[in-house]
This record gives sequence, structure tokens and C-alpha cells, in this order.
Amino acid sequence: MNPVNAIELCDITKSFNDVPANNRVCMNVRWGEILSLLGENGSGKTTLMNILAGIYYPDDGTVLINGEEANILSPKDAFDLGIGMIHQHFKLVDNMTAAENIVLGLKEKGRLDRKSISAKVKEISEKYGFNINPERKIYDMSVSEKQTVEIIKVLYRGAKILILDEPTAVLTAQETDKLFTVLKNMRDDGKAVVIITHKLQEVLAVSDRVAVLRKGEYIGTVDTKDATAQMLTEMMVGRKVSLNIDRPTPVNPIPRLVAKGITCFNEEGYKILDNIDFTANGGEILGIAGISGSGQKELLEGIAGLYPVTSESSVLYYPDDTGKATELVGKRPMQIRKLGVALSFVPEDRLGMGLVGNMDLADNMMLRSYLKGKLGFTDRKQPKKLAEDVIDKLNVVTPGVSTPVRKLSGGNVQKVLVGREIAAAPKVLMTAYAVRGLDINTSYTIYSLLNEQKKAGVAVIFVGEDLDVLLELCDKILVLCGGKVSGIVDGRTATKEEIGLMMTGHKEEEKR
Amino acid sequence: MTDITNFLIAAVLAACPLLLGTLGETLTEKSGNLNLGVEGMMFMGGIAGIAGSFYYERSVAEPVAWISVAIALVCAFLCAAFGAFIYSVITITLRANQNVTGLALTIFGAGFGNFFGEYIGNSTGGYVAVSQITKSGFNDPLFPNLAKIPVIGKLMFSYNFMIYLGIAIAIFMWYFLAYTRKGLNLRAVGEQHGAADAAGINVALYKYIATCVGGGITGLGGLYIVMNSSNGVGGVWVHGCIGGYGWLSVALVIFATWHPARAILCALAFGALSVMRFYFPTSFIPISIYEIFPYLATVIVLVTVSLRKRRANQPPASLGLAYFREER
Repeated sequence: MNPVNAIELCDITKSFNDVPANNRVCMNVRWGEILSLLGENGSGKTTLMNILAGIYYPDDGTVLINGEEANILSPKDAFDLGIGMIHQHFKLVDNMTAAENIVLGLKEKGRLDRKSISAKVKEISEKYGFNINPERKIYDMSVSEKQTVEIIKVLYRGAKILILDEPTAVLTAQETDKLFTVLKNMRDDGKAVVIITHKLQEVLAVSDRVAVLRKGEYIGTVDTKDATAQMLTEMMVGRKVSLNIDRPTPVNPIPRLVAKGITCFNEEGYKILDNIDFTANGGEILGIAGISGSGQKELLEGIAGLYPVTSESSVLYYPDDTGKATELVGKRPMQIRKLGVALSFVPEDRLGMGLVGNMDLADNMMLRSYLKGKLGFTDRKQPKKLAEDVIDKLNVVTPGVSTPVRKLSGGNVQKVLVGREIAAAPKVLMTAYAVRGLDINTSYTIYSLLNEQKKAGVAVIFVGEDLDVLLELCDKILVLCGGKVSGIVDGRTATKEEIGLMMTGHKEEEKR
Repeated sequence: MTDITNFLIAAVLAACPLLLGTLGETLTEKSGNLNLGVEGMMFMGGIAGIAGSFYYERSVAEPVAWISVAIALVCAFLCAAFGAFIYSVITITLRANQNVTGLALTIFGAGFGNFFGEYIGNSTGGYVAVSQITKSGFNDPLFPNLAKIPVIGKLMFSYNFMIYLGIAIAIFMWYFLAYTRKGLNLRAVGEQHGAADAAGINVALYKYIATCVGGGITGLGGLYIVMNSSNGVGGVWVHGCIGGYGWLSVALVIFATWHPARAILCALAFGALSVMRFYFPTSFIPISIYEIFPYLATVIVLVTVSLRKRRANQPPASLGLAYFREER
């Protein structure tokens, strides 16, 4: 008879530079279940799973796979034990095809027979309901396709235990549903599935049991059917947290930013944005919804002067209440920033645009204020104080202000970025995916920060992906679809279905 | 007509060390290691090869050509591979900066070659030179009968075995990288070492082997310069004989966009540029202008390759980066 537990972890401990990431963690995963691993940013979920995947080696503790003690020294050992991990940052070779990535590193006999590999990939795809072209290069693929390749890759290797690290962070609602169907198929197939996620609705929707980690320690496991969002949050955070997003009524909204006909093309000459019109009022939060890649990034960068827009585009900026307007199109990013238009753009890879990974927190704060020093010397005191404030106010987990940002966990990096932008006291604050990858507690901190800005009369533009949040937080929601505005709705009256249709409507038309 | 034929033949002969250097460095770079020590490894290969033949000839009464050639090849390959091994230990295991290590290897290799060249020469009276037997072993046409066919025979079959060896390595390497599992794995290591590691590939092992074998192949290029020098004085160790060929090879890797088969054509073009002055002298420009051509071409190539951003022609994405699995 097979053991019930696919994985048993006993007293797993792992430290990085004397900072414990996992402290005596004991937990188990059963065959034929989906287990959600829940925890705040930096609570050690990814580290724990990386230990199973052979990326990290534990300092102490034992791992039992299918009842037998296992010594996982490398990813190869993990594969041999039937463990496959889909990392948050995909481990794929960009300029190889899907099929090549799937067979990478396998010790199969003979030369590379691309045809038979493709055939086997198709067979797996059909079994679990994927749709993938094995001959396509990874760099041509969307995030969800890349993820599919990762999943097929581990299945091709005969993985019986699947670990997914924040698989839904980059997916649309539809793609997430599809993924969950696949995961349920696998569970019914007898496999063990572990999924790391921050989104409580998803945890409740897909998993059978939930294990919770807090600050590297194991808190407990509960059956999903007995769990509520409130209770899980408390386990995660360690205290009571209100799960309602506050939405104060806008006071005296006046236009701050009036965009007319924003159009832009990408390097290949594709029209990315097509005639975008909108008005962002001070004291309001304008949400922007859309499938990822619908032009959100270009819109914000266009306004900030970082992305070239056509000369017919116009963005009028009203710095004060006198009704005098300044044209932003054609101005340099630095000028726009000085006028009080802040872009706290949170790019896909958090360290890409906002922060410099190798610099410490204080120096990153200085990126905005390095011109303020005297006689050509920089002023280091203010940024350092600001860094301390941000750490304090947003509960950034870091050894100190002189830690390089790249050493922080993803969520903490994000807090640093958002904290810095808000500290600049902008008139217009643009954020993109401000809570991507953030745990629930931090997300709510960010929401209330945005609300504070709103109350202070700032026009907040919030590009989001979670429709529930958009509907709870925003006063108005602009829906983008394929670079066009498919509508602007009132956040108080609109429904999820309505926005979902507007987001995809354009695509369905194309299919017909 | 004969002029052109002779020019082409000379171009092929001059291209061979560049081809070997380029192939070796291509293999190395495919593993993500940017080894700038090609020049040094060529020196090491050159001196070890000629020293091997030299001592063999001195130790037997009647040296046999093929044994002498084989000893030279093995010594050259191993010595240059040893240089690459030092580089590997420093960059792969100790994760030091690749550029600095490569430059150090160039300086070390040049000193190594020149020192032993002088030393062996002095201790045996005069200079290091191999006998006519070994020289003909390296320089005689591999297919003397086929070479008698007019024009075609001369163009295709009149070369020494090193030329065909170079082409064979190029074709084999192309096949290896494009059509074998090991080749696929190696490319993955150079492209995204993290992905390769997660796929269960032994990243360090692949890097070591590719770098050492690649270094060995560049060493054969150094041996060719020593044994088959196009000026007709082959088989003698000349102080500083590699003279920049290693650096040209590094540039040629980019010119050939990391493609071994394309390296044949690229090396040929550079070979042609370097011998042009002997075949197309002009009265109105000084001859030294010709010597600039290969370097000028290198600059132009580097600029055009970086302007033309085709995905398939890009360097391996992890080129120059050390890999540490547990890094966060």
C-alpha cells in the first residue's frame, strides 16, 4: 500500500546570511490533493519549496518523499524523485522552442528527434487540456503560454508532485480558471499539487487544504472547507486584519490630467494605443483594467514622457485649481516629474525600472533627490531618513537601510518603490500593478496609502489586474482592450462581468 | 586566373588558425564563458606542440612523420586545454570575473610561450626548430593525387591536413550544437544557466568540458601558426609569433554570430584580407594599409552585428556571468 503522504518535512531550517528563512518547519502534503501554501512576503514559502526542488539545500531537517528519506542535492535529484517545480520566474531558455525546453537535460537515448518529442508533448497537452505549439520559440510566447510550457516540462519528466510558485500572479482571470481546471485534473489523477499564492479567493476555490507559514515558521494546516478568508488572514498575519477596502467619497473633484487622443506605435510599427481619451480628477482614483499587454504600460509611460506618443496626442495637466493647463506631450521625463506627475510604475521584473538592485535602500531613495545636494555633493541624510520612514511605515523586512535592494524579497522591494513615490508628494500618482506579488496585509497597506493620497487631492491612476480590488477601490474604471478604450464605468455600480466582457469583447469580435 | 587561384589558396592557408581559434572560442562561449585568453592559449598550444615534436625528434634516431605530428597535436591540445582549465577553475568554481581572468590568461600564455621558446632554444643550442620530416608532415597536401586536377583540384585538394581538420571540427561542432541532446544542453547552459540547472543539467560540468575542449581547439590554431606559417618558415618557434590572431578569433566569433559552420566563411574572409597585399599590390597606397584591413573589418562587423538585432544572432544570454545556484 502506498503511503498517504507524498511529502513530509521535518524540522526544516534554512538561513541566508544568518537570517533564517525557514525555522524548524514540519508539514506534509498528501497524494491526490491540492495544498495551498500561504504566507506573507518573506515568510519562507518559496525557500521551502526550493528546498524540495533541489535549488537550496537545507541547513537542518529531513525530507521524506513517499515515506522514504530523500537527500535532494540538485534539481536533477528532485526530478528523479518525481518532484517538479514551476518557478515564479520561469526557468526557460528564451531562444529555444517549447519542445527543446521540455526535453532539456533529459538523459534519453539517441539524437534529438524533434518530431517524436512534439508528438509526446501534444499527447500530454491533450490529456490535461493544454493548447501549445511545441515548435514556437519561448520569446514569442505570452506569460501564460510560458507557464504552460513549464507545466508540460515537469509532466514530461513524469513528475508526480507539482509545486507552483505564484502561478496566477501574471495570469488573467480566464487563464487562471483554465489553470485550475488543469490542476484539478492532476489531483484527480492522484498527483500531489502544492500551490503558493497570495490570493485568498483562489486558495478557497482550488485547494483541499491550506498550510500557513509566518516569518519562516509553520503555523498550521486547515481543511479548506472549514476555512474562511478572515481566518486565514489572521493565521498569516498573526492578528486581526480588516478585509474591507475603504472608499471615501471624492471631495470636490477637479480635472488634473486630461488626455486626448493618445496614440503610439511600438518599434515594429504596431499601433499600441489608439486614440485614448480620459480625464483623471484630483481626489479620485481612476482604475485601469484590461488584459495584460493591452497598452497599460505604454499609456502610463507615454504620460510620464518615457514612451514616444504621436504628436497629435495631448495630455493637459492642471497643476492647481486656477484652470491653467500645461501640455505634457513633448516634455522630457524630468520636466514632467518636476511638475508633480509621479509614475510609480511597477514593472514586470520589479527591479527593472524603478529601483537599482545593487544599490541599498537609501541610495535608491536618492535616485529621486540626487540633484538636491549642494555644490555638486549629494545630500545623503534626507534619503536615509526617508528610507527609514518607509521601512517603518510599510513594515519593510530588511536588515537595514544599507542592504542592497536585490536581496529583499519581491514584496518588500515593491513597498520600497511605492513608498518612495508617495513620499515625493505628487499631484498625479500613477501606479501599475502596485500590489502584484504582495501578500494580503501589504496589499491593504498600499490601498490605504493610495486612499490617503486621494483624500489629499491627488489624482491617482491605478492600473490593476484583480477586478474585485478595482471595483472596491476605484471611483471610475477605464477599461482597455487591445489599445483602445472600450469604456469608462463607475466603480460603484459596475459589475465584474460587465468589465470582463469589455476587456475581452474586442478579441471575440476578431474571432468571428 | 592563376593569380586568383593562388590568392584563394593563400587565403585558405591564412584562414586556418583563425578558424580553429574561432571554433574553440565559439564552443567556450556557448557554455556562457567568455574566455578572452585565446591569444594566450594559442601561445601555449604553439610552444607545447613544437616542443613535443622537437623532443621526439631528438630522442629517436629516425623520427616518423605521423608520430611527430600526432605528438605535436596532442601536446598543443592538452597544454592549451590546461590553460583553459586554469581559467575554468577561477571563473566557474571560484566565480571570479571572466574578463579579468581571460586577460590574465592572455598575458600568462604569451609569457609561457615566449619563455619556454627561449629556454628550450637556449638549452639546446640556438633555437627551437623541427626537422623537414615533421614540417612536411604538417605542410604536405593531404590528397596529392586529387590535387593534380587542374584548378578544382588545386583549389579543393591541395591543402595540408590541418585545413581539413579545421573544417571537419566546424561541421561536427555545428551538428553537435544543433542536433544532439548534449549540444542542446550546452546551449541552454550558455543561454540561461538557471533554467539549465533547474532542468537537471550539471551546469559546472558542461562549462568545464566546453571551456577546456574549446581551449584545446584554439591551441591547435596556435600550433598551426607555428608549424605552417604562411611565410614558408614553418616549424620554428618565433618570439611572439601568435601576433594578435587570438584577438581576431574572439572578434570572429561575433562576426560568425556564434555559428560554427558560418565561422568557416568568416575565417576565410579574414584570411583573404590578411594576404591581399601579396596578390593585389597597388602603387598608390602604401602596403601597410592592407594590414589594417582585418582590424577595420573587425570593427565594422562588431558595429553591424550589434545594430542588427536578430534574436537568433545574439550572444548566449548568460555570456560572462558566473553561476551560483543559491544566489538570491
